[in-house]
Amino acid sequence: MRARVWGCRGSVAAPGPDTVRYGGNTSCVEVQLASGHTIVLDAGTGMRPLGVAMADEMPVGLHVMLTHLHMDHLQGLGFFRPLFVPDMEIDVWGPASPVQHLADRIAMYLSPPLFPVHLDDLPSKLTFHDAPEEAVTIGSATVRAAKVTHQGPTVGYRIEEAGRVLVYVPDHEPTPGGSLRDVPAEWMSGNDIAHGADVLLHDAQYRDHEYGTHVGWGHSSIAQTMDFANKAGVERVMLFHHDPYHTDDDLEELVKEARARWLGAEADVDLAYEGMTIELDDRGTRILRG
Amino acid sequence: MVAVTSPGTSARSLPLILARELASNLATPMFLLDAAGMLVYFNDAAALLLGKTFAEVGEISSLEFGESLKVSTLDDEPLRRRDTPSGIAFFEHRPAHLRVLATTYDGVRRAYEATSYPLLGATGEMHGVVAVFWPDEPGDGAG
Repeated sequence: MRARVWGCRGSVAAPGPDTVRYGGNTSCVEVQLASGHTIVLDAGTGMRPLGVAMADEMPVGLHVMLTHLHMDHLQGLGFFRPLFVPDMEIDVWGPASPVQHLADRIAMYLSPPLFPVHLDDLPSKLTFHDAPEEAVTIGSATVRAAKVTHQGPTVGYRIEEAGRVLVYVPDHEPTPGGSLRDVPAEWMSGNDIAHGADVLLHDAQYRDHEYGTHVGWGHSSIAQTMDFANKAGVERVMLFHHDPYHTDDDLEELVKEARARWLGAEADVDLAYEGMTIELDDRGTRILRG
Repeated sequence: MVAVTSPGTSARSLPLILARELASNLATPMFLLDAAGMLVYFNDAAALLLGKTFAEVGEISSLEFGESLKVSTLDDEPLRRRDTPSGIAFFEHRPAHLRVLATTYDGVRRAYEATSYPLLGATGEMHGVVAVFWPDEPGDGAG
């Protein structure tokens, strides 16, 4: 599979001269499978340029998999060109709710007065599903979701293809206000999907000195991110969901803190950035500098 | 296009993880059963009450745990597992409260207030049971 980051900013889009190296668009990752299917992880503002790039050649099967419905993970959906292609079939997945169907929750945004077009009036054919907590096959991959600790119903996704595993947990506060150091791995939120991953894209919103004033906001400190990654036994960590107030220079300080806490090789911890492409196949994992 | 395949690896579910997180931050004695009825955690406050830590007791079935505590009514009538608050929460998926007698690992038999409730997930699926115990005030005639 080949994953490309189209947005890795957290909370709100943050374009400008201070964020050009890592990007200002919010969460969106395209995963192209060997079978020709495409999974789009989250629908942040990075989804708009992804839709433009897709316009020339639509995938054979398109699945949009939402971790949750906060605006920074949903705002790009209304600007995703495939939604406006007549009869284009798109499967949309998101966390289950006991009170409202996924389509109804998404329509709270994709309807007037917040958006000019109602979800029901789109020309494409959308099918909505609860995030799969039992593995499903999508093309050449199997995909599984698990609930993780954030604000409100939120999941992460594990995508496996040809023995390689990509895990996406962009919004996660695994132990609010605490440390994972003494928590057995099996009791860590998210471990179920993250364990043994080749690549983990994980929330890394706060530097450790910033976390104290953000406890309970649903995001990780660097200590939590790296304790989580170490305990889950992942091979590589891509720091994701960059705080909108963090400049490129701030992020480069943050990654130093992360590498200092990592039990593996320094090169296996990196900052996600727009254009980053990650290839996972039988030859291993490669980062293509975009 | 989309086919269900094998279920995922076994792991603690998020509601259970969150319940453990809550329990570990409370001074209220709290016990957790998983969806299979295993005692999977109790906090330090519960350890003080019982006279053993969770590490010493380990994961055991709630049936075995209940038997070890000799849980009964205040009249000392033995309670079937399904008639205890935890049993009601587990089997009937509803909260329950009862005053019971129990013998802790230090051999002391006393009365407790016991409250249990089921952990039902977003789609109604069962994740386990939370049980809260606290001792009755001394001299209440219960034991």
